Amino acid sequence: MRFLKQLTLTAAALATAAALSSAQADGMKLKIGTEGAYPPFNNLTADGKLEGFDIDIAKALCAEMKAECTFVTQDWDGIIPALQAGKYDAIIASMSITDERKKKVDFTEKYYNTPPAIAVPKDSALKGTSPADLADAAIGVQGSTTHSNYTEATYTDSTVRGYPTADEYKLDIASGRLDAVVDDVTVLQEWLESEDGDCCKLLGTIVPDPAIHGEGAGIAIRKGETELAQKFNAAIEAIRANGVYKSINDKYFTFDAYGG
Amino acid sequence: MDEMLALLSLGDTGWGDEIASGVGVTISLALATLPLGLLIGFFVALAKQSEEQTLRLAGNIYTTVFRGLPELLTLFLVYFGAQIGIRQLLLAMGSETTIEINSFLAGMVALGLVFSSFSSEVFLSAFRAIPRGQYEGGYAIGLSRFQTMRLIILPQLIRIALPGLSNLWMILLKDTALVSVIGLSDIIRQTGIAARVTKEAFLFFGVACLLYLALAILSSIAIGAINHWAAKGDAPR
Amino acid sequence: MTAIVNEHIQPALPPPPVRRRWNGTRTTGWIALAVMIGLLGGLSLYLILAWDSELVAKYAPKYWKGLQITLGLVATSLVFGAAMSLPVAMARLSPSRTVGALAYAYVYLFRGTPLLAQVFLVYYGAGEFRPELQSVGLWAFFRDPWNCAVFAFALNTAAYQAEILRGAIQSVAKGQWEAAEALGLTRLQAFRKIILPQALIVALRPYGNEIILMLKGSAIVAIITVLDLMGETRRAYSRSFDFQTYLWAAVVYLLMVETIRNIWERLEKRLTRHLRRDG
Repeated sequence: MRFLKQLTLTAAALATAAALSSAQADGMKLKIGTEGAYPPFNNLTADGKLEGFDIDIAKALCAEMKAECTFVTQDWDGIIPALQAGKYDAIIASMSITDERKKKVDFTEKYYNTPPAIAVPKDSALKGTSPADLADAAIGVQGSTTHSNYTEATYTDSTVRGYPTADEYKLDIASGRLDAVVDDVTVLQEWLESEDGDCCKLLGTIVPDPAIHGEGAGIAIRKGETELAQKFNAAIEAIRANGVYKSINDKYFTFDAYGG
Repeated sequence: MDEMLALLSLGDTGWGDEIASGVGVTISLALATLPLGLLIGFFVALAKQSEEQTLRLAGNIYTTVFRGLPELLTLFLVYFGAQIGIRQLLLAMGSETTIEINSFLAGMVALGLVFSSFSSEVFLSAFRAIPRGQYEGGYAIGLSRFQTMRLIILPQLIRIALPGLSNLWMILLKDTALVSVIGLSDIIRQTGIAARVTKEAFLFFGVACLLYLALAILSSIAIGAINHWAAKGDAPR
Repeated sequence: MTAIVNEHIQPALPPPPVRRRWNGTRTTGWIALAVMIGLLGGLSLYLILAWDSELVAKYAPKYWKGLQITLGLVATSLVFGAAMSLPVAMARLSPSRTVGALAYAYVYLFRGTPLLAQVFLVYYGAGEFRPELQSVGLWAFFRDPWNCAVFAFALNTAAYQAEILRGAIQSVAKGQWEAAEALGLTRLQAFRKIILPQALIVALRPYGNEIILMLKGSAIVAIITVLDLMGETRRAYSRSFDFQTYLWAAVVYLLMVETIRNIWERLEKRLTRHLRRDG
């Protein structure tokens, strides 16, 4: 029965597929795009609800701006094109502010900044995090991220493999296909502490390269919408000042994720 | 064994219902693409057998392009390209409206383009198998061009094209798997999520393969029935 | 003589030129052509206008690398698939029912399921069975995504090629076998010298189609981290967010497919010279 229902539902979805939707940036209604596959920042619970640091921050910012926000999930690969196409008005998905991305979208100020790190299998013989230590190793990263850009540029003697989401590299390091993975330290820690991360351990953090990693994670909006950017910036400052940021921060981390 | 059954069961702990919804999406996408692909394919075939050179050329360009591109690339071109293109167009016209192309629609259009370029070839060879006398006979008894096409040519055309079209349907069914890459929750995407979460990749992708096989078998039964029905019109020999 | 003939028999006048009238069909034709040319021309114009030498200098070498991976992958899979297809086709034609049924099951399985599902099954399935694979020394092979792709592709194309081969062998007239037998050739000799050459000519066109199908199908390996042409394209797009990266890939794929088709057409013409009556 459920199956039939799904069929009719899909048909109905099809009928409204090209429905017009109006993108309003007047601060009243906002659509926020996020990935939903990057715990602890944004991920889907078993019953399909979004949760995580990004989501809580987004909700706090919307409350501060008195905007009514709805969330839209989008695969990472297409997250900027979908913003440009107007599927949503802002990306709050742990997106690092980089020069390459600034050519296509505008960013707010950062709302957090944590360093990248390397995780390896528990029985790994790897000792250090330098390119020489990892020569000839197969390193997994999520494709189209600052981590993949950095790893490709720095670990030139290693084989760098780009995966569509973090889930796939986790599967491949657990099976031993990868010798190491590079991602944000908080993301790796969250995973290593879970049952899933039983295979692996943290090798160490990497000192971020500002030229590649940028100045932290910001909110991306379409080019030229400076008014919206200013509203977001004011809201970030406000929740930093009134303690809302700290309470969200403490729910997830034992340190200040905002960074220095 | 029990463990596997638990993983495939319905409800909160099993993945059965998620995968069933994936099957629904796969079937809906294939069924939604079929009429689009047949319709465009028919008109492209008409163009390619036209006496008008320009029409033939246009039809041939169309076929060459969409037959030559990898299906996955066509999908990306439609998904990303059409979205950007439409927005640019609307902005140029001074409209702030956005038209959202979701992955279902993008998949339907992309697979429809591919399907039509192949089906136009099937229709074209079917057209060629129908002797000119059939048209002339139609005109001779006073039918209009449209009536001749509808009453005399089309019934024969469908019968001749049926084997080729059934083949294309089977290919279409498999090609829908690609849409999982742009985020549509079809069989592949749902089993893929289950595989990542449970770490039972072999089980779940195996289930995916079996589901496609089941769809293929169901299709051949349906096609057999259609064939039987279409053959009823054949004169006894 | 000719003068007399010309004088008495008037040469027939050429038929009057057909007046091509400006009717509905013609208008539709011009509009359709205009739309096509407009679209293609627009895209080409866009590619020319959006020409960004920095972008090209950065990504062209990567595309070239990706192209080589694509071609290597396709060629290797096709060769291994061809080698595997021969015994499968033989089994399909075998008088033994069990052997025939087994071969049929193999063919049906690989032709009835999406290549993407097969690739995932091999790639992530192998990862799951690492200890077992390691104990038989096969893990080193399946650890590499490229190998997994070739493995899945070869199994897949073997099923298709086996059917092509079987159809072609069955299309050779029975009398050819009988004639070979009458000449005292053994069955193997008859197959190798009489049947196979004729069957291959029949199989030529479907083989060409299979090469093109494989080339287009190979684009999915990007999803299991192999950086083929499609993989490099996706990477370039995700870094530059410039849509022309996809358009360039489309141009390259189209050129490849058209080249193969043309080469194949010529090959077919040349190999079937002896069957034509007009030349």
